[in-house]
Amino acid sequence: MINKVVKNVQEALQGVDDGMIFMLGGFGLCGIPENCISELVRLGAKDLTCISNNAGVDDFGLGLLLQKRQIKKMISSYVGENDEFERQMLSGELEVELIPQGTLAERCRATGAGIPAFYTPAGYGTEVAEGKETREFNGKMYVLEHAFNPEFAFVKAWKGDAAGNLIFKGTARNFNPMMAMAGKITVVEVEELVEVGELDPNQIHTPGIFVQRIFQGKDYEKRIEQRTVTPKS
Amino acid sequence: MALSKQQIAQRIAQELQDKTYVNLGIGIPTLVANYIPQGIDVEFQSENGMLGMGPFPMEGEEDADLINAGKQTVTILKGGSLFDSALSFAMIRGQHVQLTVLGAMEVSQNGDIANWKIPGKMVKGMGGAMDLVASAENIIVAMMHTDKSGASKLLKNCSLPLTGVNCVKKVVSNLAVLEIKNNAFYLLERAPGVSVEEIKAATEGTLIIEGDIPEMKF
Repeated sequence: MINKVVKNVQEALQGVDDGMIFMLGGFGLCGIPENCISELVRLGAKDLTCISNNAGVDDFGLGLLLQKRQIKKMISSYVGENDEFERQMLSGELEVELIPQGTLAERCRATGAGIPAFYTPAGYGTEVAEGKETREFNGKMYVLEHAFNPEFAFVKAWKGDAAGNLIFKGTARNFNPMMAMAGKITVVEVEELVEVGELDPNQIHTPGIFVQRIFQGKDYEKRIEQRTVTPKS
Repeated sequence: MALSKQQIAQRIAQELQDKTYVNLGIGIPTLVANYIPQGIDVEFQSENGMLGMGPFPMEGEEDADLINAGKQTVTILKGGSLFDSALSFAMIRGQHVQLTVLGAMEVSQNGDIANWKIPGKMVKGMGGAMDLVASAENIIVAMMHTDKSGASKLLKNCSLPLTGVNCVKKVVSNLAVLEIKNNAFYLLERAPGVSVEEIKAATEGTLIIEGDIPEMKF
């Protein structure tokens, strides 16, 4: 067993620097690496490129890094929930690359799987395909999309062990497994760090080989973005 | 009378086929789940990583780790499954999801759709919409026939940045049900009490009217 455990978030983020490219897991505020984001804010690293499906809300998630103007460029599929983001983007302070969600997921997967580029039908005929190679297969048009090159991937899992094996919960899985594969250094924060042998190998979502550092996260807020309920009748 | 949002959803629900997987977009499409016809088995796919999506949780049972693509708290039904985003879009791109229902700001008579960006004004992003419209076998658009000023949203050519080309098969608006083929909108049904003339006036694109156009039935 190769031990990946670091003692806290400070140790986990050693080597983080200005101008780096990061991947951050999560869909909306679901499954985001809350501890790593807080530490990035504290460190004050700037001119960052952040690859993440969304950009948080004004006062939580990646919105915290936006508030501090630490992000130079966002690569996302949907950024609708964040006024500060929209303001920075429309004023030109923030560079933004919007890409289809499935393309984002597959580009993350390709990064970790050693695939430099792939063809997808998403975005053909739209401005997303502008300047990109296109090609016809079996009568349908496809766009060539490339892998990323992130220095760090920040991932949130439900349970993990010292070997870096991970299990996710509910829809908090989302982009986390592909991003875990993609980081040169993949940092994982978990709600519950368990002893090696406690996780059933049949149930592992992400094998530890993809993980460089893992730590026990704390103080999870797990904010709900849209609380919708069925009223008790 | 033009349809309410609920009625648009109710009419689209009549299009659901037995034993199919369906992806519902944000807004009116989400409401379709409330009107599944009796005897029809469908399973809803949420592109953030769930099959077998159920209704909103009972008050007090919300789970931050269980949301739909609109970031709303939901439940998962018996027989449901959870997966990552790459697998989710493999289902979509691989055409394992048979029907996509989504909203639109504009649709053109050749089946182009625009629903993700108003240059200089509104930039929210496409989310999963571009993947969905590029791959789904069947796409139904739920939309208002005109904008707030009364201008048609069913056009010869879309004026906004496109989400996908040549992909929309059917539109259910607050005024009508229309099929898109042969570079035109074919009027299939009218909203109760809405005349063919009103639909004509509200449609900028080529509108084909063949024979008597029936009213929608609920």
